[in-house]
Amino acid sequence: MSPAAGLCDPGRRDFLRAASAAGGGLVLGFYLHSAAAAAELIAKPASVAADSAFKPNAFIHIASNGVVTLISKQPEIGQGIKTSLPMVIAEELEANWKDVLIVQGDLDPIYGRQSAGGSTSTSVNYEEFRRLGATARTMLIAAAAQAWGVPASECVAADSAVQHRPSQRSLGYGPLALRAAALPVPAAAAVALKDPRSYKLLGTRIGGVDNAAIVTGKPLFGIDIDLPGMLHAVYEKCPAFGGKVVSANLDAIKSLPGVRDAFVIKGTTELRGLMPGVAIVAESTWAAFSARKQLKVVWDEGAVVGDSWKKFAAQAAALAGKPGSTVLRSDGDLPRAMASAAQTVEAAYSYPFISHTSFEPQNCTAWFKEGGLLELWAPTQSPAVGQNLVAETLGLSKEKIVLHITRSGGGFGRRLSADYIVEAAAIAHKVGAPVKLTWSREDDMRHDHYRAGGFHFLRGALDAGGKLIAWHDHFVTFANKLVREGKPVLQTGIGAGLSSDEFPARWVGNCVLEQTALECGIPMGAWRAPGSNVLAWVIHSFIDELAHAARRDPLEFSLEILGEKAIVPASAERGVDYDVRRMKQVIKVAAEKSGWGGKSLPKGRGMGLAFHFSHRGYVAQVAEVTVSKKGQLKVDRAVVAVDIGAQIVNLSGAENQVEGSVIDALGVLMFQELDIERGRIVPGNFDAYPMIGIEDAPAAIEIHFVKTDNPVTGLGEPAFPPLAPAVCNAIFAATGKRVRQLPLSGIDLSWS
Amino acid sequence: MSKYSLNINGETRRVDVAPDTPLLWVLRDTLKLVGTKYGCGVGECGSCMVHLDGIPTHSCKTTVAAVGKRRVTTIEGLDPEGKHPLQVAWQELDVPQCGYCQSGQIMAAAALLAENPHPGDADIDEAMAGNFCRCGTYLRIREGIRRAAVLAAKKAGEA
Repeated sequence: MSPAAGLCDPGRRDFLRAASAAGGGLVLGFYLHSAAAAAELIAKPASVAADSAFKPNAFIHIASNGVVTLISKQPEIGQGIKTSLPMVIAEELEANWKDVLIVQGDLDPIYGRQSAGGSTSTSVNYEEFRRLGATARTMLIAAAAQAWGVPASECVAADSAVQHRPSQRSLGYGPLALRAAALPVPAAAAVALKDPRSYKLLGTRIGGVDNAAIVTGKPLFGIDIDLPGMLHAVYEKCPAFGGKVVSANLDAIKSLPGVRDAFVIKGTTELRGLMPGVAIVAESTWAAFSARKQLKVVWDEGAVVGDSWKKFAAQAAALAGKPGSTVLRSDGDLPRAMASAAQTVEAAYSYPFISHTSFEPQNCTAWFKEGGLLELWAPTQSPAVGQNLVAETLGLSKEKIVLHITRSGGGFGRRLSADYIVEAAAIAHKVGAPVKLTWSREDDMRHDHYRAGGFHFLRGALDAGGKLIAWHDHFVTFANKLVREGKPVLQTGIGAGLSSDEFPARWVGNCVLEQTALECGIPMGAWRAPGSNVLAWVIHSFIDELAHAARRDPLEFSLEILGEKAIVPASAERGVDYDVRRMKQVIKVAAEKSGWGGKSLPKGRGMGLAFHFSHRGYVAQVAEVTVSKKGQLKVDRAVVAVDIGAQIVNLSGAENQVEGSVIDALGVLMFQELDIERGRIVPGNFDAYPMIGIEDAPAAIEIHFVKTDNPVTGLGEPAFPPLAPAVCNAIFAATGKRVRQLPLSGIDLSWS
Repeated sequence: MSKYSLNINGETRRVDVAPDTPLLWVLRDTLKLVGTKYGCGVGECGSCMVHLDGIPTHSCKTTVAAVGKRRVTTIEGLDPEGKHPLQVAWQELDVPQCGYCQSGQIMAAAALLAENPHPGDADIDEAMAGNFCRCGTYLRIREGIRRAAVLAAKKAGEA
């Protein structure tokens, strides 16, 4: 896909300028960069920061030999952004993909926002990246026209070259690079974007740019970093969250083979910051891991030891039928609607805390150099958060912190947090050498920032025609007690809140949403499709219950709820408009392609439907399942209809995200659950927290992209939420058993 | 510390490490062969899979002292040019997402194909059951193995 390293002479300033386009704030930059393969680059201090004099933006570099180097500014966590966003530039640039080399950018203000979260990488950057490529293409055409003395309008760019067809002349981008560099950057208005119908690259299937390195085992990930004289560290934190170190057998640890140092880090009280702990620094990972087995720490565990899932479940159960502490929304007259209803349905749904379990455990390499410069290498989704946390915690200036973004072995939201980065920095602060901190799997599972568990006490009402006329949810969730501006506040966990706009609130005339947060000391964080990842299961399972209670087809029942209004505007403070037409269309496509309602299945087999809008994406799914008499579930097929706007960037990558979302969501549904005892997460490894394996993957996942005239948006998250309710609704259709508690491994699905 | 002479990817490599050091960390830290990944440390996830005399083995659960004279093959040594049919198929089909588990997946699949050149889906699921992929690339792993089987048969036909 990409040329081998070394094709580009790093010492040559071929196409080098700092320039900005007029108007709109759009800027295009070319700057010197050593075009080395990303695999070789990860361990080297990249020249990006040092070259920031070549400002302001710097994504494109064309060498005289024709190699086009594109900087991927966004962190790559498996979502495919390192391939797809450069494709956008290459398309407009008319660069042949085989001439393109992708280099991961470091954290640098010249790139603008660099964060892989909320499926925003595509939606935020797509149009700007088109313009960057188009502007460079316009300049290359102008350069060729100048060289030939012909009007630019007679020249076209294609396949990394400019052609003048009347005279049958052609000049490659390499030979044109120097001349283009001397030209003024055209105004934005003078740059024409391509007609999407003429796209050659976008919408095709392009393999990941790091695939060759991945399949041959080249160093790519944060954990693969190796530096001269590098030491290896582990960091033991209190198993009960936030516990402080009273004492530790540091002298005994320091005397162990291969151990260079051991010390206490006092840390802070920030649950997602630098927690107190004991660092062991050794000559190898194994020496550090081995020494840790001898480590004895006396902890002051604090009040968190009162936390347990059993206690939370009892607290939640006691809240059933009681008013919530916060009313999020109150529309119409709920009591009257419930009283006048032809039928009411009540149900309690609950789900546990879960972990991100990115396969590459958290790690970071830190090196304090002379002059107070801190260099970091981190698999991170949000490098600026890491830089900020390190700067604030260690009292450093941000300018003194260089952060290299490595490929991440999975993210799923975990690496939006920067706890492991500040730990590495704090350890390196005391060690005069580069240090790689590696978390064990147990550290990773027991010191995550979790997807919160939750409890929903739901009531719904149907009129005589089987129409949904009332909806009531008392949501019991979790919050941490934090100190802000000197005052204690109870803050709902990240991803643990319910929007007052959550479907179907805006559609049902009589609707009350209430929330009560249980205080806990468990850190919570963004987990792939925060909120939506499990709210979709609660909502669309209960809608299915209501449809069945009304003796109606869930598809028809759902379409009726969605109604006839084209756009249902946001009503919440940070709410988003909901395009009903887009949702109805994906529902219809999923239903049609799956053969919904067209066949009668024997007992033990069933189909289920669910849909959800999240992260700007409209997705509907139909799951077809078989449940054996003994209760063994097999998902035979998932049919997924997706509307993420006018253009699929990389079809292979998009399909990968949908397939991955379906399988990830199925794994969470089937297996994942973290018990909590005495303020600790009980499972520590995959033996106690199973992952979904190949044998449970659906036999087929059928994906249908519905292109609509809407902005191009991301797909790391939106295909996840509808899977669990689609499968559970299919289980109900197959067995008559309604799943109201997760995961399925704790539920008896047997039937006779 | 003790001295060991290991046969790694056809070369003799001498290392001086503690006898209980897992082969995984000898490969990664001592020999800088980082294609073999640390995932769980307890033989549950398959990210650390290598071949010992062709048999798929968790390198995180195999101490350096237990390796003995057996031939160790890692992802770096699976094919001298990185063009094992699985490595080709994985790129053709764009199997990886994050890619972290894929060297283990490929090593497990290579052992399967060596034993069964034309595995069915049930054979694939059985052989690959111990290799987790957090990103959920399983459908493409199945397809990749089937594709590699075809590529290998073609290669054998040409030879």
